[in-house]
Amino acid sequence: MANTSIVLQESRYHQIKAMLARLRLDSAARLVVLVDKDGQQIAVHGELGDLDTTSLASLAAGNVAATGGMAKLIGENEFPTLSHEGEKESIHISVIGRVLLLVVFDDRSSLGLVKLRSKQLSHELAKAFIEIEKESASAGANSALGFTEITDEEIDSLFSPA
Amino acid sequence: MTFINYASREINCKIVYYGPGLCGKTTNLQYIYDSTAAQAKGKLISLATEADRTLFFDFMPLELGTVRGFKTRFHLYTVPGQVFYEASRKLILKGVDGVVFVADSQEERMDANIESLYNLEENLRAYGYELMKLPYVLQLNKRDLPNVIPSEELTAELQRKGEPVIEAVAATGAGVFDTLKAVAKQVLTELRKS
Repeated sequence: MANTSIVLQESRYHQIKAMLARLRLDSAARLVVLVDKDGQQIAVHGELGDLDTTSLASLAAGNVAATGGMAKLIGENEFPTLSHEGEKESIHISVIGRVLLLVVFDDRSSLGLVKLRSKQLSHELAKAFIEIEKESASAGANSALGFTEITDEEIDSLFSPA
Repeated sequence: MTFINYASREINCKIVYYGPGLCGKTTNLQYIYDSTAAQAKGKLISLATEADRTLFFDFMPLELGTVRGFKTRFHLYTVPGQVFYEASRKLILKGVDGVVFVADSQEERMDANIESLYNLEENLRAYGYELMKLPYVLQLNKRDLPNVIPSEELTAELQRKGEPVIEAVAATGAGVFDTLKAVAKQVLTELRKS
């Protein structure tokens, strides 16, 4: 396959969660979500309530992909940030390499503060993801997972109820 | 592009349903959604026009079960089939782990099938993928209609690499889960190889 899979080790996951927690606090945001550009949620921190973050992640990736397409049409590489301001709730998205940092905030914060804090964190996140990509590519992650020895029967068993 | 999270013990894969306009991609997803237990699925998101044609994509997450202690989650997407949505259709293929090509079996849609399949190969190539190397299933949909081309003929025309060919009537669910199973199995087998 063209892209390397992302393999997130437990320690990295907690490192990223801690970064998101810090950003949420510093930006007085409701929720911070880290999403892969292909639409998969990597980590989330904040007031989730009954918010469907899986759908949010997929739509955010679609949104970034669509605006990225528009950017290319007008001669830009991509739009590095996107903001959507609602009456009460707003969203700010930063594109950081292959991941998207999505911040949901309300009137306890402001777009300026969220932008500033997101930008401050983006270098740290980018650095962490360079490491994660290296680990994903070299760790032989799937063999560590035990996937190389997985049997046809185990795969078939997933489909028995269907 | 598979995403493996050791902390939440999850494997996430992306499967895309591709095919010409009105071939039944959304109907496949709708049937899967309607027939899956609530705890195994998330919301079905449809970004559609007012006339219910897919504008950007449909999306639903589906949990199939546990392998070696890891939850397997499949993110199912459809693309907009209409020719003029080319730009957005291509975007959905990014990071794909497996593709289902939904062919419309009706005689008058044969050209549209061929054009869409050609378009799929081209768009995959733009991302550095090769259809020949990707988990892939060919679904022959709408087998219940009177004006369908015989399966053997459709297969001869559309099959690319000996991929599983599954006859379906997505509206009633016939063949829908067989298709999903065939592609998901290939995706998991691919994980084993890598």
